[in-house]
Order: sequence, then C-alpha cells, then structure tokens
Amino acid sequence: MKIFIPAPLRQFAGTRSAVEVSAKTVGEALGMLVAEHPDLKRHLYAEDGKLRAFINVYLNDEDIRYLDKDATLVEEGDTLSIVPSIAGGTIALSQDEILRYSRHLVMPEVGLEGQGRLKSSRILCVGAGGLGSPLALYLAAAGVGTIGIVDFDVVDATNLQRQVLYSTADVGRKKLDSAVERLRGLNPFLEIRPFETRLSSENALDIVRQFDLVVDGTDNFATRYLVNDACVLCEKPNVYGSIFRFEGQLSVFALREGPCYRCLHPEPPPPGLVPSCAEGGVLGILPGLVGVMQATEALKLALGRGEPLVGRLLLIDALQMRFRELRLRKDPNCPVCGSHPTIRRLIDYEQFCGSRSEAATRIPEVSVEELKLELDAGRDLYLLDVREPQEYQICNLGGHLIPVGELPRRMHELDPSRDIVAHCRSGGRSARAVEFLRRSGFGKVRNLVGGIRAWAERIDRGMPRY
Amino acid sequence: MVKIDEKEYEELRRHGEETYPHESCGVLLGCGEGDERVVVRIARCENVRVDSLRDRYRIDGRELVRIASAARERGEDIVGFYHSHPDHPARWSQTDLAEAHWPGCSYLITRIASGRREETNSFVLEGTGEVDKRFREEEIQVTHGNRS
Repeated sequence: MKIFIPAPLRQFAGTRSAVEVSAKTVGEALGMLVAEHPDLKRHLYAEDGKLRAFINVYLNDEDIRYLDKDATLVEEGDTLSIVPSIAGGTIALSQDEILRYSRHLVMPEVGLEGQGRLKSSRILCVGAGGLGSPLALYLAAAGVGTIGIVDFDVVDATNLQRQVLYSTADVGRKKLDSAVERLRGLNPFLEIRPFETRLSSENALDIVRQFDLVVDGTDNFATRYLVNDACVLCEKPNVYGSIFRFEGQLSVFALREGPCYRCLHPEPPPPGLVPSCAEGGVLGILPGLVGVMQATEALKLALGRGEPLVGRLLLIDALQMRFRELRLRKDPNCPVCGSHPTIRRLIDYEQFCGSRSEAATRIPEVSVEELKLELDAGRDLYLLDVREPQEYQICNLGGHLIPVGELPRRMHELDPSRDIVAHCRSGGRSARAVEFLRRSGFGKVRNLVGGIRAWAERIDRGMPRY
Repeated sequence: MVKIDEKEYEELRRHGEETYPHESCGVLLGCGEGDERVVVRIARCENVRVDSLRDRYRIDGRELVRIASAARERGEDIVGFYHSHPDHPARWSQTDLAEAHWPGCSYLITRIASGRREETNSFVLEGTGEVDKRFREEEIQVTHGNRS
C-alpha cells in the first residue's frame, strides 16, 4: 500500500511524497513508516506514543478514528494519507484574559469582539519618554496584543518627574529594559517588541510596516517629520501629541481622508526658535494628560469606534484648563500626502530641520576643562549666561545673565572687544547665541561645550545638575 | 513569497465576502520551491466548525484528502491555505498559530469589514515542529493574467 506524506513532513521522510509499505493494519503500516524514517516519529506521535491530536490519518477517504483506528485492516491497493489539521480563527481569550478585561467586555463598544480586535492589533510607540510612558502603560493594560517601542536612551534622574514607566531604581538602566520588564509585569498576555535604535530614514519603514498604527511620542522636529512621512508612505495612522510647559497638542494624522503633519506645518521652524522641553521645561503631568489622550485615540482606532481626532487639532492649556479645537484641512499640494506628492521616499530629516547646519558646527568652542585652565591662569574672560532667570537660581558660574531670547535687544550690554564665553545648560542655546553674536560683529566669542551641566559633571561636582 | 494570479487572488478574497459574517476557508494548490510558492489554483472548502463559524474555521480532513489526491493527479501540491477574518484585522491570531501544522506553507488571511473585503496578508509557517513554529509575514506577488 501507499502512504502519502504531506509537504511539511517530507523533509523527515527523505523528501519523498509517498512511501510503499506492505502491512496488514494501519498501525503496522505507520510503524513501518517511522521505522524507515525515524525523524518522522516525533512529528506524528506524542510522548505517550499516541498519534498527535492534530495528525489525521485517512484510509482512502475515511478517518481511521471512525474505523478501527490502528487496528483497521488494510488491503493491497489502499492508500493511507497523513493530513495535519487545518484550522484557526480570529482570536481566543483565555479565562484569565476574560477576567482581566471584564470591565471592557461588558461595554457595548468593546465586548468580546472589540477585545479581540485589541488583542490582534499592533501599535508602535515611538519614544518611551514622557508621552510614551503613560501611553505604553495604558495600551498594555487595555490588552493591545502587540506593542512596539522604539528608544535608545538610558533612564536619567531628570526623567522621573514625568516618565512614570520608570522608578528611581531604574536610573542608569536602558529605558527599553525597564519598560519591557514593567509592561510584561503589568500584562503577561502581550507581545512587546523593543527596538533599541534611533528611528532613522534607513529603518523607519521596516519598523512602521510591522504595525497597524503609530503613536508619536517624540520630542524633536526631525523625528516628527520622519514619523509623519513614514506613516503616510506606509498608510498607517499617526497619533500625534506634543507638549511644552503647560500646553499640549493632539491630532490624528496620515489617514487617507485627513491631513498629515506636513499639511499643518509644511516647513519646520528655524532651528532653535522653538525651545525643547529640556530647555524650556514641561509640567510633569502634561505628558501624562496628552499621552493618555493619545492612547485613547489609538484604542478608538484599533476598535474602529467613535470619531477619531482626524482633521482636528486639539489645543490644551492646562494653566487655564481650557481645550480648544482647530479645524485642519488636507493640503492638496502637500509634498507627501497631496495629490501629486514629491516626497516618495524618506529624506534626510536632520538636514531638512536644519539641526545639523554647517554654521552650528563651525562656531569656536571651548571645553569645560579648557575654561577651568584659562580661569585659573587668570585670563580675562567675560562669561555670558544665556539661560532663563529661574535656571540661574539653580546654579550659575557668576556669568552675566541675558536669556537667549533677549539677546538681540540687550546686545549693547556686551563689549565686542572682550573675550566672551557663552554658556547655557547643555550647549544648544549658547551655540545659537554665539552664532548670532558673531554675525553681529563680536569677533572673540566662544561656546562652552556641554554647558553648565558639563561643568557640574566634570569640574565642580558639588554643583547641582538639572 | 507567494505568487498568485489576480483571478485566484480575488476569488479567495470574494469567498470571504460570500460567507460573511462567517469565516471562509480554502486550500492553495501549486508548487513550491525554496521560499517561493506559486499558486495555480484555489480550492474552496466548507467551514465545518459549526459551533463558532464567526470566529473559527476548520477544513474537513476528508475534503482535504480529496483535494490533495486530485491535485496530485495534476502534478500539483498543497502550498498553503486561506481564510477570512470577519471584522478582524488580517493578522494571524494565537488560535491561528496554535492550530497551524503545515510548516513551509503560506497562510493567507483576508480581513472582511462589514461584509467588504479589505487587506489580505500572507504568513509563512516556519520552524520544524510544534515547539519552534512561528509565522513570518511574507510578500504576496499578484500576477496579472500570465496564464489563460
């Protein structure tokens, strides 16, 4: 008789699709088959020696389970087919999951079907910082089946004021390690996919394609444009949020019918015009507020329920506790989502946003060590501090305080013949100040690399860092 | 990668619309070499999972034996399967993985949203057995009328 081997098992049967044996019963025939091809045994039989539950054996076209099983008599000319079962289904919730999600399951808008949708949905969080923390926690708690997180940072003490994913003991650890541990602890029924990398033009499409939607928790313009363009190109919704001090913004971009981030901001602001949260600060609660709203929009999209924040920009002013909404229109001439797009693949976003301008790299610089040597040697230096007054109160080097925004109208306070060293917290704002002053005729002005933070880390360890 | 002609591709997608809100299912026949499977024919199957048609499917083994034997006579082989996910994403579920036992085969899943066919994705089952099996998303190359 002939035994037909299905394609997946042929590699264990010398790549043959059929084997001839001479036997009296089905059991004997199968025994001869595995004697000839021992590798097949573990694929056909369980540990207890019984046929595996998903392996069906048909004598001609009858299931041997409904005949005499192994003892079924066979005749010359019969065929035996080994057929692994073919089955599946959308989703199954275990008893533990049903209990866990019971407050969702009793809601008409979610129910078993909705919870199944959440379980089979895949959401990418770009950034595991202020926005990413509440976002990832709530998505995990809600039962989003696959959560991707892109981050390459290490937990810093200054993160703990708002990044609730981390505890004090995590300072110094990789954010992804702590995040994955915390999220798995919160909900073990999920797949967490960490990407320990900086999202870039090289990897963004590969990463974004693995998910159904993206939530943008980034804090810089270059990555924001990158996320937007990648989402438009991959046709994935982009839940956008941004924060500054007491203010937040929220919208859903890159849906076919709605606008994208570029429709709202075709060009990035000039570098340095919009201060980052590190420079300008942020109320610790703000990313919580905005991140949870982003999570809400992401869940609505995954469930296919409600009216998503498409074509609307929500403006949050926590100081007044007022919410306003602006209508956004899709720009038919948008270079990425318009009717005749000119951006069809990812570009160099650092260059686009001017964050790697040549001027910024050409300005004269001085390290904190060199500055210390020059000061100790009694060199006549004029220290210019371009931070804000409240930062000056935390720590200072005794420099003359002119916040960078006031520099154009207070420039006359400075003597162009003096050797000036400008500094801020970490070197970004002072670089812009130096660039501005040199263009205004100050020939001997240098930037302190790493700012007062580097000074506190490497020269004066007694000075507070912030 | 799985290659399939537009005619068969749209037929298997339409099958999901016809059975909506129940799951459709069927077999992909053709030939496979390395990581490439070429579908030349699809065989519609009846979903015999009577208890929960909306979210489960099972192909009757007898039907499969008949399909496999007819395919053999034409020199074809089983290279994969398809099914629909009514009102669910075209992603494999834990149930799909748990019940997948054909490594090297393509599993095509079509999302049917409110009765209309939406996206179709394909996942090839990898691994050598139950312990290490996993789905990997693969490209579907839809060809246009290369055959009559």
